[in-house]
Amino acid sequence: MNWFRRLKEGIQTATRFKKPIPEDLWVKCPKCGDTVTRKKLEEYHHTCPKCNYHFRIGPKEYFRIFFDGHYTLLFEEIHPVDVLGFVDLKPYTQRLREAREKTSSTEAITVAQGKIQKIPVVIAAMDFGFIGGSMGAVMGERICRAIDRCIEERMPLIIVSKSGGARMMEAAFSLMQMAKTTVKLTQLADAGLPYISYMTDPTTGGVTASFAMLGDVNIAEPGALIAFAGPRVVRETIKRDLPEGFQTAEFLYEKGFIDVIVDRKEAKATIAQILQVLHHRHLPTRKTKSTSSD
Amino acid sequence: MVFLEFEKPLEKLYTQLEKLKQIAQDGDIDMSDKIREVEQKIKKKQKEIYSSLTPWQRVQLSRHPQRPYTLYYIEKMTKYFVELHGDRCMGDDKAIVGGLAYLDQQPIVCIGHQKGINTKQRQLRNFGMAHPHGYRKALRLMKMAEKFAIPVVVFVDTPGAACGLEAEEFSVAQAIARNLYEMARLRTPILVYIIGEGASGGAIGIGVGDRVFMLENTWYSVISPESCSSILWRSWDHKEKAAEALKLTPKDMLQFGLIDEIVKEPPGGAHYQPEAMAKSLKKHIKKHIKELLEIPIDTLIQQRAEKYLNMGVYSIADQPSSDKTP
Repeated sequence: MNWFRRLKEGIQTATRFKKPIPEDLWVKCPKCGDTVTRKKLEEYHHTCPKCNYHFRIGPKEYFRIFFDGHYTLLFEEIHPVDVLGFVDLKPYTQRLREAREKTSSTEAITVAQGKIQKIPVVIAAMDFGFIGGSMGAVMGERICRAIDRCIEERMPLIIVSKSGGARMMEAAFSLMQMAKTTVKLTQLADAGLPYISYMTDPTTGGVTASFAMLGDVNIAEPGALIAFAGPRVVRETIKRDLPEGFQTAEFLYEKGFIDVIVDRKEAKATIAQILQVLHHRHLPTRKTKSTSSD
Repeated sequence: MVFLEFEKPLEKLYTQLEKLKQIAQDGDIDMSDKIREVEQKIKKKQKEIYSSLTPWQRVQLSRHPQRPYTLYYIEKMTKYFVELHGDRCMGDDKAIVGGLAYLDQQPIVCIGHQKGINTKQRQLRNFGMAHPHGYRKALRLMKMAEKFAIPVVVFVDTPGAACGLEAEEFSVAQAIARNLYEMARLRTPILVYIIGEGASGGAIGIGVGDRVFMLENTWYSVISPESCSSILWRSWDHKEKAAEALKLTPKDMLQFGLIDEIVKEPPGGAHYQPEAMAKSLKKHIKKHIKELLEIPIDTLIQQRAEKYLNMGVYSIADQPSSDKTP
């Protein structure tokens, strides 16, 4: 007989007897288990002060971190349509409604215009909470319009990727967004404007296999999962465990697919530095101290 | 001949036909009336079966083991084909083949996924699932086509890009992304034919073109019905439902405006009369190459861009309208 066997599974306390702890006050790091106050976490740009784990954050947080204060949201009027009448375990329309309520985003990507260290830019950032940050027709269209705005006002483009890939509920339409966004990027390139791809945890599937890998500069956050097929799928296919660190930002950096891995706290400064060089034709001449000896 | 589950009634008729022919041969008996009758029955049954295929049955047909693959078509359609190997960097991927050929008087560069015709070949070809160097080989050939002003003809037939350690290590994602980018602005006409399976990034990784066509018994989608079932229904048992939901048939794709035309197959599918299929495909390719070559190259690229930029349905409104099913 096993004396220590648990007779019933799971927590037995009913929800109504739960002790009221104010939510959002303390946050536990999923990596090192340390607890930190929400306020301190925000000061650290949502990275763990102890182990530097980069928490998954949404577009609004990235906008707050990257922009010099004020920014304007763009193309919020573009909304998804259930063109296939897609139903799996739930109707697609219900998934959309739930995603909107859960995230306060209107789609898996949010576009905004503002300034990074006084350089006017457009940033498009994804929300993983919105159906896994998946790419449907709205993501494709918002990115294309973001690029049009960049071309009109001679601005660089930054895309913060955080996505499970193409959105299955839009089937072939979502697949075509890979081609659509990429076609549009050729126009941005023809206009001589820089595009920075900023990859965060996780960036996979059709997003990686289109615009995310096509930055003039590819930046990644430390420890981010960046892949085409996700680790679970690869493991099931090859039927053995994956090597340590496989498909991380560091792994792809070593393989030559990522230019720089940047700590989120330094990201803004790094992006500004890169834009100062790539976008120099459209910026006031930079005053730098002469480094040559007199 | 291999018969699929839903083709079983046909199998009986075919065996009957074989028997009758045998008897006629052995016994010197005139069976021509009987044979004709059975042949008529076969025709009728074929029409019955193939005119009401479910999406899942069409997926099965697209994977029929006797279906002609890229190299078969190239061999049957072209002259002076020289297969070119390797991406000049990592190696030669056998899941994508390509080379130079003549389509009657028209020089072409042909590229396509290649599946194996027996177990050993299937392994060698990795079931038509290409590695990064496969996509990079395809790109190298396309750039060559551009350099020498030769139209590109692409045959798509893949259950998806390769999945494994090597594919990720050398970033199949980057290879596909690069191809999309370069195909978007390749300064030579590109024709794309889905001749079997068209699954996800693996398909579109060589599938951006001025005109995209699907053979009648093929499918094109963001994911295979099996994988879709396992992700959304959390089990492999809902593939029929997934095939239905994904709207992956040529008819659906044409209706959505995501492809340009459906290419008819012989009754029963390309594998019943592969030579006839190759012949009509060749005619089709020639016609469209001729048309595309008449368009000035800058216009062509602009049209190609517009074609893709118009793909996708969304609404413009203050409030999301998707709360209601249209």
